[in-house]
Amino acid sequence: MPTIYVDGKPYEVAEEGKNLLDACLSLGFDIPYFCWHPAMHSAGACRQCAVKLFRDEADTRGQIVMACMTPVTEGVRISIADPEAVAFRASVIEWLMVNHPHDCPVCDEGGECHLQDMTVMTGHVRRRHRFRKRTHRNQHLGPLLHHEMNRCIQCFRCVRFYQEVTGGRDLDVFGWHDGIYFGRHEDGVLESPFAGNLAEVCPTGVFTDKTFKRHYTRPWDLQTAPAVCVHCGLGCNTIPGERYGLLRRIRNRFNAHVNGFFLCDRGRFGYEFVNSDRRLREPLLRGEDGELHPAGLAETMERLRAILQAGEAIGIGSPRASMETNFALREFVGAESFHDGTSRLDHDLMETIRTVLLKGPGRSASVQDVAEADAVLVLGEDVQNTAPLLALSLRKAVVQQAIGIAQRLNIHLYHDSAVREAIQQDTGPLFIATPDETPLDDIATLTYRRAPDDIARLGLAVANFIDPAAPRPDGLDGETEGLAGRIADELWNAERPLVVCGYGCGSRSVIEAATNVVCALERLGKDASLACTVPECNSMGLALMGARDPGSAIEAVRSGRARALVIAENDLFRRMRASDAEALLSGAEHVVVLDHLANRTAERAEVVLPAATFAECTGTFVNSEGRGQRSIQTFVPEGSVQASWRWLGRMIALRDGLAERPWGALDDLLAALARAVPVCARIRDLVPPSSYRLHGQRVPRQSPRYSGRAAVHAHEDVREVAPPLDPDSPMSFTMEGYGGQPPSALIARFWAPGWNSPQAVTKFERGVAGPLQGGDPGRRLIEPEDRNRLCYAGHIPPFEPRPDEWLAVPAYHVFGSEELSAATPAVATLTPAAYLGLSPHDAERMQVEEGQELGLDVEHEVHPLPMRLRPQLPPGVVTVPLGLPGLEGLELPTWVKLVVPGLSERALRT
Amino acid sequence: MLTDRERQRIEAEVRLYPHPRAAVPEALKIVQDHRGWVPDEAVREIAELLGLSPATVDSTATFYNMILREPTGRHVIFICDNVSCWVTGYHAIRDHLCERLGVALGETTEDKRFTLLPAACLGECDRAPAMLIDGDVYGNLTPEMLNDILARYD
Amino acid sequence: MELVLTKNIRPEGEPLTLAEYEQAGGYEALRRALGMSPQEVQRMVTEANLLGRGGAGFPTGRKWASVPMGERARTPKYFVVNADEMEPGAMKDRLLLEGDPHQLIEGIIISAYAVEASQAYIFLRWEYRLAARRLVSALSQAYHHNRLGRRLLGSSFSLDIHVHLSGGRYMCGEAEALLSALEGRRAVPRSKPPYPTVCGLWGKPTVVNNVETVCNIPHIVKHGPEWFRSLSLTDEGGTKLYGVSGRVKRPGVWELPMGTPIRRLLDDHADGMQDGYGFRALLPGGGSTAFVLEEHLDTPMDFASMEAIGTRLGTGTMIVMDDRTCPVGMVRGLEGFFARESCGWCTPCREGLPWVARTLEALEAGDGRPEDLETLDHHARWLRMGHTFCALAPGAMMPLASALKHFRAEFESHIGARCPWS
Ligand SMILES: Cc1cc2nc3c(=O)[nH]c(=O)nc-3n(C[C@H](O)[C@H](O)[C@H](O)COP(=O)(O)O)c2cc1C
Ligand code: SF4
Ligand code: FES
Repeated sequence: MPTIYVDGKPYEVAEEGKNLLDACLSLGFDIPYFCWHPAMHSAGACRQCAVKLFRDEADTRGQIVMACMTPVTEGVRISIADPEAVAFRASVIEWLMVNHPHDCPVCDEGGECHLQDMTVMTGHVRRRHRFRKRTHRNQHLGPLLHHEMNRCIQCFRCVRFYQEVTGGRDLDVFGWHDGIYFGRHEDGVLESPFAGNLAEVCPTGVFTDKTFKRHYTRPWDLQTAPAVCVHCGLGCNTIPGERYGLLRRIRNRFNAHVNGFFLCDRGRFGYEFVNSDRRLREPLLRGEDGELHPAGLAETMERLRAILQAGEAIGIGSPRASMETNFALREFVGAESFHDGTSRLDHDLMETIRTVLLKGPGRSASVQDVAEADAVLVLGEDVQNTAPLLALSLRKAVVQQAIGIAQRLNIHLYHDSAVREAIQQDTGPLFIATPDETPLDDIATLTYRRAPDDIARLGLAVANFIDPAAPRPDGLDGETEGLAGRIADELWNAERPLVVCGYGCGSRSVIEAATNVVCALERLGKDASLACTVPECNSMGLALMGARDPGSAIEAVRSGRARALVIAENDLFRRMRASDAEALLSGAEHVVVLDHLANRTAERAEVVLPAATFAECTGTFVNSEGRGQRSIQTFVPEGSVQASWRWLGRMIALRDGLAERPWGALDDLLAALARAVPVCARIRDLVPPSSYRLHGQRVPRQSPRYSGRAAVHAHEDVREVAPPLDPDSPMSFTMEGYGGQPPSALIARFWAPGWNSPQAVTKFERGVAGPLQGGDPGRRLIEPEDRNRLCYAGHIPPFEPRPDEWLAVPAYHVFGSEELSAATPAVATLTPAAYLGLSPHDAERMQVEEGQELGLDVEHEVHPLPMRLRPQLPPGVVTVPLGLPGLEGLELPTWVKLVVPGLSERALRT
Repeated sequence: MLTDRERQRIEAEVRLYPHPRAAVPEALKIVQDHRGWVPDEAVREIAELLGLSPATVDSTATFYNMILREPTGRHVIFICDNVSCWVTGYHAIRDHLCERLGVALGETTEDKRFTLLPAACLGECDRAPAMLIDGDVYGNLTPEMLNDILARYD
Repeated sequence: MELVLTKNIRPEGEPLTLAEYEQAGGYEALRRALGMSPQEVQRMVTEANLLGRGGAGFPTGRKWASVPMGERARTPKYFVVNADEMEPGAMKDRLLLEGDPHQLIEGIIISAYAVEASQAYIFLRWEYRLAARRLVSALSQAYHHNRLGRRLLGSSFSLDIHVHLSGGRYMCGEAEALLSALEGRRAVPRSKPPYPTVCGLWGKPTVVNNVETVCNIPHIVKHGPEWFRSLSLTDEGGTKLYGVSGRVKRPGVWELPMGTPIRRLLDDHADGMQDGYGFRALLPGGGSTAFVLEEHLDTPMDFASMEAIGTRLGTGTMIVMDDRTCPVGMVRGLEGFFARESCGWCTPCREGLPWVARTLEALEAGDGRPEDLETLDHHARWLRMGHTFCALAPGAMMPLASALKHFRAEFESHIGARCPWS
């Protein structure tokens, strides 16, 4: 632990190899900066972080250096307060302000602007520049981000983030001298699905959240809470912000194990379903006229009582509902009658994944573990589209080995540009085996384009190369054989090898093959890990809880054993074949649906109960790593909206004639859950219990600057309305409460005196970019039981194309493939139109052209779709964008027929 | 569309470097050679040919002052406004040119014959003041010489 | 005095062909070098005390010695000739490029051999079309006669040389920015360390040397370090190309012993001031050096002596300011140039230089205010080495800072009044 001297006093720096800015910020000093960013390190461009460096004790003159570009060395002496350094830093701000429009009063960034903070910090107050400011034209960058170039201070963070972190190539810097411009080559939607982070990365108001702009409020007027993203299985940590009952935006919530500093745009902009016109806000009952009508609570309860007493019910849970809701439903119907509401295939995949991660051999990798892997094999997964943020980790992983080059050249790793110049194209190894091309191919060492079974065979072959005891697929072709050998070598030579697989190509074989690879590595003493993507935000939790498959649900309904169907937060038509959904809905006498939005399943219900969204209730989710995380309610919804588990508690009380609901508050329910599902026992401890107080106080959801509290309800009542009480967490719905730093799981905003921007996160971390103080929120619930367990999967025959059928495999899209975000206007406009992907080889043989309409015949249901050429797709395979409008509920992969509608519905023969 | 000739020349250039990106400045100059300037669509075509994004190519293109991203006249005059020329009579030369051509610095004559641009020091300081027309250097300029010189470019 | 670099140059004539060059003793040095070990060649250059002619005066031998050698080095290694010559007032490299391309090529081959580079680029400014033509033709002769290419001259050494025409920007001359430019990027400098000799072009060890520096190499190898040092009047080895421009009778470039005093150049070679013009001051080595007044005209023009009087030798090509030129206007022209050429990467340069330029414009236009001098002083103080990312802005401040010192009265006389010279 080196000691450094800051303004004469000694301090210990926790780590070697840091720069002075990083070290000083970690020690709690304030040094202004712009181009440095905790996730992107040093560039040396802005010259804002100047400090005085002294040669030794005798040196009194010293020399100005950039703290971010100067390494921490034992005994180094610096001064932050040195008058010359202070004056220079003030001068840098003065230069940055030369062209800045000073439009804070109309700027969306105002109040959480790093530039404002730094200007105050340096004490720059007087404008001396008396000439005209340069002005720029803004660009239209799509529905997510607003562009206001005049505010730019040229810190280069945006392009560095966009290009180096996300791999995006359509945002760049143009021109030169003080006319440089950050934008696109021409107006247009930013291509990267991580572009939204620019709103947080930009230190001022150049890139701002356009969806927030449409219902803007000053950031300090937002009520916020620590939440978890519900739009994929990774469980990124977020901070939703609400005012006047409207959810207004989502921001990143740092978690060193999960999302780090960034979110994907689905997660950031997918929130508006909460405000949707399709929201269910009152109970609906089916009337005599056969239509659904809003109903009062008493009437609803009456109807429910009648239904529940009529006979046995089965429950359909949901991978997008919280642990609490799924558990409440399970309690309501009994474990034997609790079903997960997914397709047979998804049920099977999740069973497989659960078994692998619980039993071994592989330890599941966290999102950040993936970033540290130094050799990666991706089997069957289009990672960026199935688990978006994991793609950023893979982009970091591919430089892990190359960083060694930089280290051998004595380059400090914080020295971002120097590291990149040293590495250049020497990245990898990363092997991607998928049916179709993926957005990560640009960083892949090699790609392999085959049908899922062949991808699984590649995995088996790799395992066999590593450990000859692993089964060897027969009849391997030369390409696969050679590639398998190369992959095996690279994984074997790595220190932290990783295999990525998941639900993406819908193949159990692929997951088993991936397991074989990890198993082989582990057996021979390598510390290998496995990252399995899962379809939804609580797929893993549901699998851990254990739920029965849809077949048994259909059977229960068909046999008449179950007369009522209670569906919690699940549009069956999205998750299972229409025929299965139909069998369930029409087979049951009574259907009760709890959900957020009107959908096809709710339309079929007899009783619909309005369920709170993630922002409106507290709940727990288990992510693909097996990490339990609590998402705390942001605001109290209007109408009769309640957490599904609360509705279900009422229903239990109603049915069983109890005076009280079985669980009054969340903690009671969690206690029951911990008893009933031991593997989930630790989720009780994710967040301090609701009785927890800090110095006798709750943790406030509102900032001390929250304005107009008395006026918020003025249209209803001029007296100040008492804030609602929160029975489920130790947080309050007010600005009163403990003002200091709460336990990490209760952080509702990153703010520190003088630090109003997201950069305040540094003040909450143990060392820059380190874990949050007191440890990051969330707990791993699963560890492999036995890492040496031999669980080799066996024989998989090669893929055989069929003469008159195609194997339809699923394709996923960040925008559109997920249910809730798809109900958000901004995401909807970015959702591609449904299509059918065909290889050029097949297109040519069938003589169909790009854009031409084809009929996709899945079990005699024909979906008309325009054909899109997919140059890398193997012959005999087509891709279908699962989940896009019109393509929900397909169970893929499956064999399909193609028809040309014009040509007398004739099946195309190849 | 890139012409075959442009494409061939660019491809030859690519071979000189370990990475295609290094050929970007030259590719832009090749297009400019043939067309006088670099239109947007050429930026996109170069990008495609080199496997880069248009933004990457344009980022480079807009940095350099000899890459002209706006249409020019048939002939481009670069007049050196740097120190040695400034000391030895730049003003008179510039004023004469502007008056003769009826344009200000940075503009193109109405008949699209000339574009007049300022240039960094041309390395002709011993023959200052100097200018460059389509790559031909003229030094020791006096206003009287200009009419004659301009007459050589139609 | 003995002409070394310019011996073969025929003013206004075509350069020597390969045959003529060899007749004049060309490529002998290369043969000699190929018989030595790379380290021996490096040692000769170090002993010759050749200081880089690109402007910074860094010892060439020392630069080469920092290149990782042998098996352990990452390859391919690159040797790059900086032929960007865009320093205001500079015109010396052009003479060598146009006048004797084979001398440069031989220099490159020997230099590349000395650092075990297998690939060389000549980074040439766009406007030097004639130089480009002559270089390309000389290179093809050299290839044709196996002075270049695989196993050149029957040795085990192979080298390719390509000419890269710049897209045009002063910034490209800065060695690190030049590497970015060569990679097809924006010419933005890179941070040091690592130095390019360790991690340069495409991440590989790379040496960047100025044209004039490289042209000296064959002569050092041929005649030895002692001889080279003896050419100089001071202890900085060799001859130097000096230039004079401005209102002198005979502007031009001359090769003279290193350390020739300024006055000799002005009076003996440039023949003094034009009639009707008096001497005020001069910038000794291009636009980014500080003004020198009459009192220092006897100073030897070498790196150390120039530094001792608070300026820099730079390129050694001086620009004379006569008594009919307004110092404010002259500095305004220079700062406008530097402001325009800033790469935009670091704040002080990007925002500070245009502020300086506009302030000077305002002064010149009669719109000066008393606080303007404070603004100029502020920038002259803060745009220093280490405060900015590269040396462009600090260089730009040298003429300004010295003008503010020497011509304060002239600056003051512009406040609230029109330029007295206009
Ligand atoms: C802004 C700037 C412009 C420069 N321009 C040139 C140039 O045009 N030619 C040159 O040889 N060196 C130039 N240099 C110096 C180079 O950075 C580098 O020091 C030189 O090319 C090294 O060669 P040498 O060691 O042979 O002198 C410039 C430096 C700066 C900071
Ligand atoms: S001083 Fe800064 S902005 Fe100026 S040229 Fe150098 S790096 Fe670019
Ligand atoms: S933060 Fe150190 S130079 Fe920008």
